[in-house]
Amino acid sequence: MALLEAKDIHTYYGKIHALKGISITVEEGEIVTLIGANGAGKSTTLNTICGITPAAEGQITLGGKDITRTRPHEIVALGVGQAPEGRKIFTRLTVTENLEMGAYARSDEDGIKRDMEYVFTLFPRLKERERQLGGTLSGGEQQMLAISRALMAHPRILLLDEPSMGLAPLLVQDIFHTIEELNQAGTTILLVEQNARMALGVADRGYVLQTGAVVLADRAEALRQNEMVQKAYLGGAH
Amino acid sequence: MNDAQPQPGSRLPAFINVRALERRWRRLSVTDLVVWGIGVVLLLFVFWRIVLTFGQGAYTLESFIKNVIFGLAQGSIYALIALGYTLVYGILFMINFAHGEVFMSGTYIGFFVIAAMEESGFLAEQTLLALLIVFAVGMLSSMAVAVTLERIAYRPLRKAPRLVPLITAIGASIFLQQAFRGLFGSSTKVYPHVHLYALPQLFPQLEDGKGMDLISGKYDVQFALLGNDVNLVVQPFIFVIFIVALLMMAGLYWYVQRTKAGKAMRAVAEDKDTAALMGINVDRVIVNTFAVGAALAGAAGVLFALYTYQVTHTMGFIPGLKAFTAAVLGGIGNIPGAMFGGFALGFTESVAPGLLSIPHQLKDVVAFSMLVLILIFRPTGIFGEVLSEKKA
Repeated sequence: MALLEAKDIHTYYGKIHALKGISITVEEGEIVTLIGANGAGKSTTLNTICGITPAAEGQITLGGKDITRTRPHEIVALGVGQAPEGRKIFTRLTVTENLEMGAYARSDEDGIKRDMEYVFTLFPRLKERERQLGGTLSGGEQQMLAISRALMAHPRILLLDEPSMGLAPLLVQDIFHTIEELNQAGTTILLVEQNARMALGVADRGYVLQTGAVVLADRAEALRQNEMVQKAYLGGAH
Repeated sequence: MNDAQPQPGSRLPAFINVRALERRWRRLSVTDLVVWGIGVVLLLFVFWRIVLTFGQGAYTLESFIKNVIFGLAQGSIYALIALGYTLVYGILFMINFAHGEVFMSGTYIGFFVIAAMEESGFLAEQTLLALLIVFAVGMLSSMAVAVTLERIAYRPLRKAPRLVPLITAIGASIFLQQAFRGLFGSSTKVYPHVHLYALPQLFPQLEDGKGMDLISGKYDVQFALLGNDVNLVVQPFIFVIFIVALLMMAGLYWYVQRTKAGKAMRAVAEDKDTAALMGINVDRVIVNTFAVGAALAGAAGVLFALYTYQVTHTMGFIPGLKAFTAAVLGGIGNIPGAMFGGFALGFTESVAPGLLSIPHQLKDVVAFSMLVLILIFRPTGIFGEVLSEKKA
């Protein structure tokens, strides 16, 4: 059984039909990526999974449990952690407070403490800035904080929305290195990216989204070789 | 524009930005001129009245001290109510105009309890315990009213344009006033005079050796200050109000800064969707916010009633508007701002009429003139930040 499964989900923003029947699955231990252009529905898919923009039709299950109509904060408690697009750090909360908010749904003080130490070893920069306000961090540090904050929920699946957005190439490398590291440590990851080259580099499988529908689904390697993907998302010759 | 660039021909100190001034001068519109004109006229008026007051030699240090002390009590009440406006605004960007009625409801229901306890003699026997019960009842009643209001009147409108909940709040305010009038009549209820004696060893000369009456006591105090003989009638209760208010504010500060619920409140105030992604139940946090603001208002109401000895269904209206003014003065949405605004308004309202030699009844005019002036000259309030990116 897949860890996360979305079956034929439709989502609307008012009258706009944003997702037109998307089906994806993520197996335990995988990195799965959603790639596609702006407005293809990548972020909407994540937000629909998280319950922020609930699906009008279709079904989403987490470990076999239906979460289609579950409210966002309860979905987090069930094991879905998201580092949202644009990082969405709480700018007026300190780094530590941001991390505490990530662990809001948990009550195991020891586990929270352990996870906080873990993210600090993952990103020592955050440890140096633990008393600073989130708004004073650099873009890269904010991304580290966003990922760490999602990890603090001790999620069964981590959703990452555009972790490379607005970051210098070197930092993007670092972030993707961390994503691989997290996956090797056992975290299942659903990764949304515009940077298809990087995303397909770390992912096991990928889905290509176009105007709210899945147009291609395959192993990441196969997608890298796919002519259409190469032309549209990898900038021609590979 | 690069500010570090040397500005030719400018010998002014560096903090005067010539170009910014120039730009401002060029963009000056008729409205600006009128607005600044009004400001200058008002300043001149205030200055002229103060000069006049002192010229007459009628203004005494005594009345100044008296007014400052009264302003302290007034300000404490305003600050406590203002916090409710600011907390809700901070999280929902909505002005809960029914907050004055939340204040009234708690006081009113508290009144029935204290009246019953007076009847049974419990109030005289166990004064302190009775007072604690009244405070608890007042706060809990206000909380119940505010939470109900949120659930049935505001929550369904969470996604509506911002004007809609505002109008609903005004409707809720009228509804609550009229409901209390319908249920309990429009007559003014007389709040019991409570006597709470303290420190008989320190003040053996007062109240036949029972000590100082902290609630209803009034004592003559005479001292000399700066060569003036000052004769005051001091009510210890004013200082009780002040201390209770400070303690509650300290409690609120601790709650918002240190507790998990308070941190969640700040997170929700900043970004509701992201807060939900953290597993925070946003609805619950919003209810909490209403409840905390209402608890402060309920406590303020009991203090207010113990001081004024009256309770009516309209008692929340003017204090509510004043507290709203205080919240705007401090910068609505800003917690220290509401505290500062409350004290500043209470102080100004109390001191200004005497200082300007205008009738004391005009204190409401002073308060609401302040509201208009802030809205014209500094709409974000004293501590307010420029709210650019988030307001939805």
